[in-house]
Amino acid sequence: MDNLLSITTFLPALAALILGVFLKGGDAAADRNAKWLALIATTATFLISLFILAQFDASNPDFQMIEEGEWLLGLNYKMGVDGISVLFVLLTTFIMPLVIAASWEVKERVKEYMIAFLVLETLMLGVFMALDLVLFYLFFEGGLIPMFLIIGIWGGKNRIYAAFKFFLYTFLGSILMLVAMVAMYADAGTTDIPTLLNHEFAHGSFSVLGITVVGGLQTMLFLAFFASFAVKMPMWPVHTWLPDAHVQAPTAGSVVLASILLKLGGYGFLRFNLPMFPVGSEVIGPLILWLSVIAIVYTSLVALVQEDMKKLIAYSSVAHMGYVTMGIFAANQQGVDGAIFQMISHGFISGALFLCVGVIYDRMHTREIDAYGGLVNRMPAYAMIFMFFTMANVGLPGTSGFIGEFLTLMGVFQVNTWVALFATTGVILSAAYALWLYRRVVMGDLVKEALRSITDMTRREKAIFAPLVFMTIWMGVYPAPILDRIGPSVEALVETYDSRVAAADLGGPQVAAAEEH
Amino acid sequence: MLSADLSLILPEIVLSLFAMGALVGAVYSGKDALAKPLVWATSALMVALGVWIATRGPGTREAFDGMFVSDTFARFSKVMILVSAAAVLAMSQDYMARRGLLRFEYPVLVALAAVGMMMMVSAGDLIALYMGLELQSLALYVVASLRRDSVRSTEAGLKYFVLGALSSGLLLYGASLTYGYAGTTLFSGIVQAAGEGQAPLGLLFGLVFVTAGLAFKISAVPFHMWTPDVYEGAPTPITAFFATAPKIAAMALFARVLHDAFGGVVSDWQQIIALLSVLSMMLGGIAAIGQTNIKRLMAYSSIAHMGFALMGLAAGTALGVEAMLIYMAIYVTMNVGTFAFILSMERDGQPVTDIASLSLLSKSDGGRALAMLVLLFSLAGVPPFLGFFGKFGVFRAAVDADLFWLAILGGIASVIGAFYYLRIVYLMYFGAERDDRLDANRSGVLWGMMALSALIMVAGVINLFGIEGAAAAAAAALVN
Repeated sequence: MDNLLSITTFLPALAALILGVFLKGGDAAADRNAKWLALIATTATFLISLFILAQFDASNPDFQMIEEGEWLLGLNYKMGVDGISVLFVLLTTFIMPLVIAASWEVKERVKEYMIAFLVLETLMLGVFMALDLVLFYLFFEGGLIPMFLIIGIWGGKNRIYAAFKFFLYTFLGSILMLVAMVAMYADAGTTDIPTLLNHEFAHGSFSVLGITVVGGLQTMLFLAFFASFAVKMPMWPVHTWLPDAHVQAPTAGSVVLASILLKLGGYGFLRFNLPMFPVGSEVIGPLILWLSVIAIVYTSLVALVQEDMKKLIAYSSVAHMGYVTMGIFAANQQGVDGAIFQMISHGFISGALFLCVGVIYDRMHTREIDAYGGLVNRMPAYAMIFMFFTMANVGLPGTSGFIGEFLTLMGVFQVNTWVALFATTGVILSAAYALWLYRRVVMGDLVKEALRSITDMTRREKAIFAPLVFMTIWMGVYPAPILDRIGPSVEALVETYDSRVAAADLGGPQVAAAEEH
Repeated sequence: MLSADLSLILPEIVLSLFAMGALVGAVYSGKDALAKPLVWATSALMVALGVWIATRGPGTREAFDGMFVSDTFARFSKVMILVSAAAVLAMSQDYMARRGLLRFEYPVLVALAAVGMMMMVSAGDLIALYMGLELQSLALYVVASLRRDSVRSTEAGLKYFVLGALSSGLLLYGASLTYGYAGTTLFSGIVQAAGEGQAPLGLLFGLVFVTAGLAFKISAVPFHMWTPDVYEGAPTPITAFFATAPKIAAMALFARVLHDAFGGVVSDWQQIIALLSVLSMMLGGIAAIGQTNIKRLMAYSSIAHMGFALMGLAAGTALGVEAMLIYMAIYVTMNVGTFAFILSMERDGQPVTDIASLSLLSKSDGGRALAMLVLLFSLAGVPPFLGFFGKFGVFRAAVDADLFWLAILGGIASVIGAFYYLRIVYLMYFGAERDDRLDANRSGVLWGMMALSALIMVAGVINLFGIEGAAAAAAAALVN
């Protein structure tokens, strides 16, 4: 199959089109059909994506399964995967059927809901596979629309504020990225990503208003891309849209947001910032390491005092993404390996945690931590699963969370011991807020009157969690298959990075650029 | 040679004869009974002529000693003009009939305006240009005030007429200066007089005045003042017509004058066009934010869109003209769909243009809201819809011509513009619950136009329906 990547990408969109055009009426039967079609389409996408994994040659660090064709206005349609992107593709296709299954109880505008999620899947897959700058931008920006609608229509009370905050924050970042893309096209004369990866962008220092910009064009381009991806990531201090968006989004929306959309930022760093602007990364990198540490410590502390479960997990996500940026900009094999691993593991764990919140929210319609307590008495299975993912979130050895955090810490330790030291406190803090949350919600006596009749998880809910539990344990106990696939591409990336930085001979005070920005 | 000349302008002659015949026939048959079949007949004839022109074969042919040019560029523009005019006519029939506006003059005037537009895009001479322009304008002045008993509509018509006459005066003044310094009214002669080197100062003055006159016709800032009032005052189908075919004609004429007559002095007009472009994009985006009437909003939206199309012209290259043509084609398609939506906005049978009335339309009429959602995101230029590719094309042309600053300002303007389109989406999908809902859509034609244009916005992404090659050929014919 030559068009495997395109088929995987556009299958959900095709299903959305069928839903939009052919499914009429808003009665219960139509809703049921919409759900089933969406579930079948996403499951089929997952099965097809397994072929990508099967065909993927782990020993080859280059792009594989490339599809290329001329498109309009001088653009090229080019898709492909390498070790960095292939697992994100699988993560997306794996999560989506679970997301659809978790939305089974949606009552309002079911058809539109399913269309939004299917379109979103296509766009997210496209981001990970696009090998052309404009194509990437197209998918990247397009993802805003369905997510905007998902939060705005099916969200909680304050959904409109959250939807607009989400849209404007991310849109603003991406406009800077678009300008940078124009500049890249002017410098390199192509929008082809593999060619751009081999192109060395100008990095001669120049002066603006008397301030020397070390790294020149590369630093500027780096900052423009950084603005976009840092918001998506999200990094401290531009993370404030995330808790709002999470709190207001429906459960499935939160899962997609945490599991996949946040990874677009990290993926962008790995695809553009680090390999294309190595000099820029070297100049700004130290600053980013410190921003990551602040994110880890500060947002962990903020998580401690949250009264809303979803907000707590959202802040915990920001903290975990701090490990990712830290690993990426440590720019060595362990760090980058760990960052990718952490992103994938976080995709499973945080998705599962939001599903856990969704389970009790569906029953009690509140996310206030105070409204719960002693759930273990009525919901033993739920207590078990919530416990498991709490531990995974903390980074207990044996779960996937541990491997990612450990690798990134190891990577950054070689670069900056102080950063590693402070980041490690994040592990302790995460144990504090996660376990405290668990204690308040699940443990103790069941004293709240309203909780007396709460029921344990249904079979459908258990079935959703099963694959997530399996993946978390498997990745924690035997991470080699994952790391083997990431490894060669990361090795190539780190090698080019080092050689280019060495060749650029930065010299001079690096502080100047840091101060300017 | 007369027969050859006549055969070249046969489509124009056919449409004129049809209009005149219809006029005579309708006058003798009394009242407006003929109006309805006439609308459909005009619409059908326009589509047929469009197909005929599209298949007339390649190459550049001239008639009447170069006063009339039929090249790929002219044919491309004519097809766009005819098809969009036909679409608007077909959409308007039901609306006009139910408000007692369906007089037989309406299709006749639209047909005559279309003849004027076809003359405009084929003009190879300043006199031919002026003739075409005036034929178009006079017809448009009348249709703007078609609703005689409405103060708004007559005001719109009068405003349009006075300001239009002023701009025609400017254009004529510029044309006479150009004639004075070039010694000819033929574009081919002017381009020689302007030469490769220094053009006479008087000729440049002529260029500036002609540009000002044409900028008025496409409502580029600072010559845009008439647009919101005329758009708001005229009956909605007429507004839809104003927003589509005449814009293509004026933009194509603009391109023809700049490249055919002043092709040698690109650097002299490039900065003027770039400035017009920036001002239009910015003002169109900012002024639209405060609008509460959807027709006024569309007026500012069209000003901003003209700014983007001008960006293609500002590049001064074949790539730029190609981008402009593609932009216009996409713009017209979006506007036909959007105006079909606006035409379908009714409450208790009365037309409403208040944006707030769209609150939660997605609940009462999901299909219509979804089509409008696609169109709005496309108008805003949000990927992956076709509108993005229109913008991408003109940005590419600008960057290619080293006009980075223009592309960047355009990027900023499109972010500003995204806000007010988004506000409509916001109302349709998240707005407050209202008691007075809009009526369900009752016209199949309107729904068809909406759905078709929304589908084009999605499906066109695959290969732009192949118009890219045609646009490139058209641009190559103009710029050489």
